[in-house]
Amino acid sequence: MSIPVLKFDAVIVGAGGAGLRSAIQLSEAGLKTAVLSKVFPTRSHTVAAQGGVAASLGNSEEDHWHWHMYDTVKGSDWLGDQDAIEFMVRKANECVVELEHYGMPFDRTDNGKIYQRPFGGHMSNFGEKPVRRSCAAADRTGHAMLHAMYQRNVKANTQFFVEWMALDLVRDAEGHVIGVTAMEMETGQVVIFHTRATIFATGGAGRIFYSSTNAFINTGDGLGMAARAGIPLEDMEFWQFHPTGVAGAGVLITEGVRGEGGILRNSSKERFMERYAPNAKDLASRDVVSRAMTTEINEGRGCGVNKDYVLLDITHLDPNTIMKRLPGIREIGLQFAGVDCIKEPLPVVPTCHYQMGGIPTHYSGRVVVPHNGDHNSIVPGFYAAGECACASVHGANRLGTNSLLDLLVFGKSAGDSAVEDLKSGKAHRELPKDAADKSLARIAALDSRKGGANVHETRLAMQRTMQTHAGVFRFGDLLKSGVEKILEVEKAARQLEITDKSMAWNTARTEALEMENLIEVAKATMLSAEARKESRGAHVRDDAPDTPEFPNGRNDQEWLKHTLFNSADNSITYKPVTMQPLTVEPIALKTRSY
Amino acid sequence: MERADYERLRWRCIRRALLELDIVLTRFLDNGFDQLDEEQQQAFVELADWEDHDLWRLISGQEETRDPRYAPIVARLRKS
Repeated sequence: MSIPVLKFDAVIVGAGGAGLRSAIQLSEAGLKTAVLSKVFPTRSHTVAAQGGVAASLGNSEEDHWHWHMYDTVKGSDWLGDQDAIEFMVRKANECVVELEHYGMPFDRTDNGKIYQRPFGGHMSNFGEKPVRRSCAAADRTGHAMLHAMYQRNVKANTQFFVEWMALDLVRDAEGHVIGVTAMEMETGQVVIFHTRATIFATGGAGRIFYSSTNAFINTGDGLGMAARAGIPLEDMEFWQFHPTGVAGAGVLITEGVRGEGGILRNSSKERFMERYAPNAKDLASRDVVSRAMTTEINEGRGCGVNKDYVLLDITHLDPNTIMKRLPGIREIGLQFAGVDCIKEPLPVVPTCHYQMGGIPTHYSGRVVVPHNGDHNSIVPGFYAAGECACASVHGANRLGTNSLLDLLVFGKSAGDSAVEDLKSGKAHRELPKDAADKSLARIAALDSRKGGANVHETRLAMQRTMQTHAGVFRFGDLLKSGVEKILEVEKAARQLEITDKSMAWNTARTEALEMENLIEVAKATMLSAEARKESRGAHVRDDAPDTPEFPNGRNDQEWLKHTLFNSADNSITYKPVTMQPLTVEPIALKTRSY
Repeated sequence: MERADYERLRWRCIRRALLELDIVLTRFLDNGFDQLDEEQQQAFVELADWEDHDLWRLISGQEETRDPRYAPIVARLRKS
């Protein structure tokens, strides 16, 4: 079957922060650049980022990139690659200032410099005391960032393909990536983007969990495409969770609610945090609270018909205090839980927020895979940046405000690397005759299958399995049974059926294609988590507890290594963590405590 | 509304930047949108085109609209 071929120097999949930042480098270098996005660029999930972007500008007080590096390595629980982390923190100031020059309306100090706020985990002098390092634009940092970069791209003549969904990577016989297949939603037409460079910036896949703060768009499309093309996924067991998302909806309840006196209760209305953290109680750290909530639910003291959430109670607070000090909370309760929190407690669960793992990359943005004994062999023509990539700077747990920094630094870096690699002017590599066959076959199967699995039900089965078996606090037996269950769900996800066969704006088909990506991420997460028999960062196992031999359950002798999950045969290999930074001494292993 | 126009609108409602809007707008499309007359449907299409933060402030009651075309839609979205 002959399908249209569009030739570009580069295609970027995803128009969030990382994609837009990459595109600027390519278009300004004069390369013919296409950006594909499922939605209009300024409707990407980067818009939801409020916290700010970390950079040791030192505008408010003394700061240094080396201190930022220390905080990032410690935050990662030493799983982050120290060369990539040094690269990122040293590029931070340059990237923030560039963004300012693109027109980003950062908050300012009285003397006109970029204002910097304090943020959890940001410390001066190697963990000594808090430092103000986060640069923000009111509470709309991500939104302002996207607007500034979109406008810059328009000026640079980047060509946007809006409401297009990328389907599969195109690789030739030598393994070079030479483009993607994609579908225009308005027509259902499949097209090949034949390129010399392909950059994935598709964001995270938080929708694999039942409770997620991620918007519906975060379906891990880049990870699914990479996995189907034989690229392993790195460190997928590591996901950051927030303790209090509205049960069933995922919408975040700010930690300020507990700060104002909110109390967590189980099905017998018991204030259970008194048992887990007698001093801090409900104000204990995020991980302690999340673990306690999970234990209550797992031991049958959850609330509701399925006993699968706990309650956040503020009914004892003065209604005026709630309205004044916690603006918007009452509306969130009414909209997403059907509960007036002035009169009734809110149903909450630990909720997935951020994906630390992803497509393995070097800090240059080039995708790397194990090959012939080399752990980091470059896949020619393929680059990735942002939440879909694993550089790895976040390791086992991300430091707050490093997500926006990641997409700026590695978006730019991936763009620069592509520009450098294309300098030689090499022609487009020949497109295999079957370049689009796999994508077309997937669509044809969806359209023709009878008696297959329902997309909505399959997604729900996946999300419930992930939430129960690989949530914020993990148990060996639950992970084992979770592996079996997710492999069952995978079978269904490979047999999806849709009833709408129309070409134009077939959202059922698009959601089925997204589901085929989500299941790749869910499977990688479950199997990687089951295999890692220690606790580290965001991966906390009940059977790897805090002991004198293994503080926090972390076992560096056996597990100071990155996981690589291969979808084709569900196998796992490992590669070493890069402990050697670029120019400074390694930050030596020690117990992570705050 | 033509099928293609409705499906385009649907996609633009179920894939927002903010989860809050994904949920509220999807719910409204499934339960409420077809009760609007043509003019109200057009007003909803315009609202769906707003920036996510602005639209969420409106729906969550942190802002009010004086536009008589939008006000009844916003009132329904708040209750949806």
